[in-house]
Amino acid sequence: MELPEMKYPLSREQLLDLYYFMRLTRELDEQLVRLFRQNKVVGGLYSSIGQEATSVGTAYTLEKRDWMAPMIRNVGGLLVKGFRPRDILMQYMARSGSPTGGKDGTSHFGDLQERHVVSPISMLGDLIPVMTGVAMGGRYLGQKLVTMTWIGDGGTSTGAFHEGMNLAAAQRAPFVCVVENNQWAYSTPVARQVPLHDLAERARAYGIASYVVDGNDVVAVYQTTKEAVERARRGEGPVLVESKTMRMKGHAQHDAAVYVPPEMFDYWKARDPIARYETWLTERKVWDKKTKAEIERRIERELKQELEFAENSPLPEPEVAERGVYCEGCHTIEAHWERPIEQVQPPRASVQAAWTVSNFGGPNGASAAPEAAGKTKPATVSARAANGGTKRPARGAARPKRRR
Amino acid sequence: MAPVTMIEAIREALDEEMQRDPAVVLIGEDIGVYGGAFKATEGLLAKYGWERVIDTPISETAIIGAAVGMSYQGLRPVAEMQFIDFIACCFNQMVNFVAKSHYRWGGPVPMVVRGPCGGGVHGGPFHSQNPEMWFVHTPGLKVVCPSTAYDAKGLLKSAIRDNNPVLCLEHKFLYRRVKEELPAEDYTVPIGKLAVRRPGRDLTIATYGAMTLHVMDAAEELAKEGIEAEVLDLRTLAPLDREGIVESVRRTHKLLVVHEDVKTGGIAGEIAATVNEQAFEELDGPIQRVASLDAPVPFSPPLEERFLPQVADVTRAARELARY
Repeated sequence: MELPEMKYPLSREQLLDLYYFMRLTRELDEQLVRLFRQNKVVGGLYSSIGQEATSVGTAYTLEKRDWMAPMIRNVGGLLVKGFRPRDILMQYMARSGSPTGGKDGTSHFGDLQERHVVSPISMLGDLIPVMTGVAMGGRYLGQKLVTMTWIGDGGTSTGAFHEGMNLAAAQRAPFVCVVENNQWAYSTPVARQVPLHDLAERARAYGIASYVVDGNDVVAVYQTTKEAVERARRGEGPVLVESKTMRMKGHAQHDAAVYVPPEMFDYWKARDPIARYETWLTERKVWDKKTKAEIERRIERELKQELEFAENSPLPEPEVAERGVYCEGCHTIEAHWERPIEQVQPPRASVQAAWTVSNFGGPNGASAAPEAAGKTKPATVSARAANGGTKRPARGAARPKRRR
Repeated sequence: MAPVTMIEAIREALDEEMQRDPAVVLIGEDIGVYGGAFKATEGLLAKYGWERVIDTPISETAIIGAAVGMSYQGLRPVAEMQFIDFIACCFNQMVNFVAKSHYRWGGPVPMVVRGPCGGGVHGGPFHSQNPEMWFVHTPGLKVVCPSTAYDAKGLLKSAIRDNNPVLCLEHKFLYRRVKEELPAEDYTVPIGKLAVRRPGRDLTIATYGAMTLHVMDAAEELAKEGIEAEVLDLRTLAPLDREGIVESVRRTHKLLVVHEDVKTGGIAGEIAATVNEQAFEELDGPIQRVASLDAPVPFSPPLEERFLPQVADVTRAARELARY
């Protein structure tokens, strides 16, 4: 076996790991459809079929100390971060053993302590400022962390997305935003939402770096996102990664997606991320039929056990509805300092509270002496290369003045 | 110790908490170099630095979002709304992200949102509102509304130390109008406990925020007529000190609720329902309300005066109730 050269090398074990997680996501998805048909799923069922490479490939770039927040179709990311299929099964079946104890469903759960996962809410865009805050907080505590969340093509039109990206950029927060462009905001195609082919172009307006990647190529997704994550970790500010993929089912199980042109499904079916990766692994001789069969057997065995566990979990006791509205001592709040606290306390933290404004906000290239009225020429706004070409994101005109 | 105003008391609370706990950080618009629109954070940037006093773009949703994120890191952010009216811009973050986090998945949010509320300063429809009930109606949030410098400091300290999201509504009319000497030592005021500002036997008047001043003035006048009103300063609206209210009603058997919030959907309705449920037999008269008009807060002084409850409105309602 000869592994191809990659900027961010992946061992054979890791390559097979990626396959395992993608395949597990798909099998879990299909298991959930069977449960849905048996009326065992409470509420809607949201599929991530066709988007496994995006979820798995991006989440796989994160280290244990890093934080993520999934959206509804990021089951793959949750599995990579250490949640088990039973967690997702029980969430969908509203069982007491689920991570939310039946208080919420789907991917709406998290774990602050061990896995560093923040739960999403149904309102799109809100995770962008929240994960910006997690990144700012981590940086303040001296942690060398990166935070990541996903947003669909549809979610990029929200005000929260804009406010969050702008704050992240202004703060140079170590944050990676993956725009999971699955072509459809429920029934509305991208072209009807945004007059741009590449949503990554929006990064230009925030003065941050961005990438566009084939979201159905897990190796490319990993390599690109890894670069984004490392840039953010180095302190270069937030990065936006647009992963182009396709939602291969309706918005949820009830939706037959008849509004999608059938040829579009054909186009993307031919680019199925799992089938493509299988070919990749075979051509590069990373695996053989035996290894593939072993992974399949492992997934089958695990899912059977996980399902059994989930189905044995009872529905929650009704009294649970009354509990936990407030934290009444059930949590100990602790910040994990990785820098000396003296650095953030006076006198060391003290600064001169004043702004410096570069160029006083006048147009670039203006002469030192004021020009006569009517003599100035309009300046054209120069478009900086948004993709990769950005060296350092622009600093704001006004910068804090530091004493030391 | 020299007497301090409410705004100074708030600044002292922030300063002392930041000194005590490096996990306390401030975030908001114009709070750093400028020191805040009302100067609540004046001097804190110079003392604690850029990382702990964070000036943001005009992005209320991002301010609250970032504060939630920081609180997930175990920090205790205090977010300022320049005027509390602007909290409407981040309503979704407040009611869906912040309020439900602990209940849904056990993610505690130890953050504070504070800001100036209330009218009487000719701020017009967007700089005078009392949005408390939007949030009292949202389980998962705590809402406090001090009327004294002592309480403003003590409640803010409690809010910062609380493991839950707390909304501190600071009435801007009181910022520089109330003044008192504060203890030199560290103290807190418990969230969820009302204060009896004046004992009385004839009726209970429950109120909070700037209306407490009006009600105290009214009680003074009523006393001259031989009507002894017991004045309750609620201090916290969520969780409401129902026990304290009912206890007072058991003593006076009559209840008048006064608030600056508009009448419909104001806390008076909730209080009346509670007393009805828990102490109906104790009542010797109908529960009465004095509140602002069901209208936006108007700008021009005579309009605003008509809009807001006045001392005379309180005394009139109290007299009628006492006679009942």
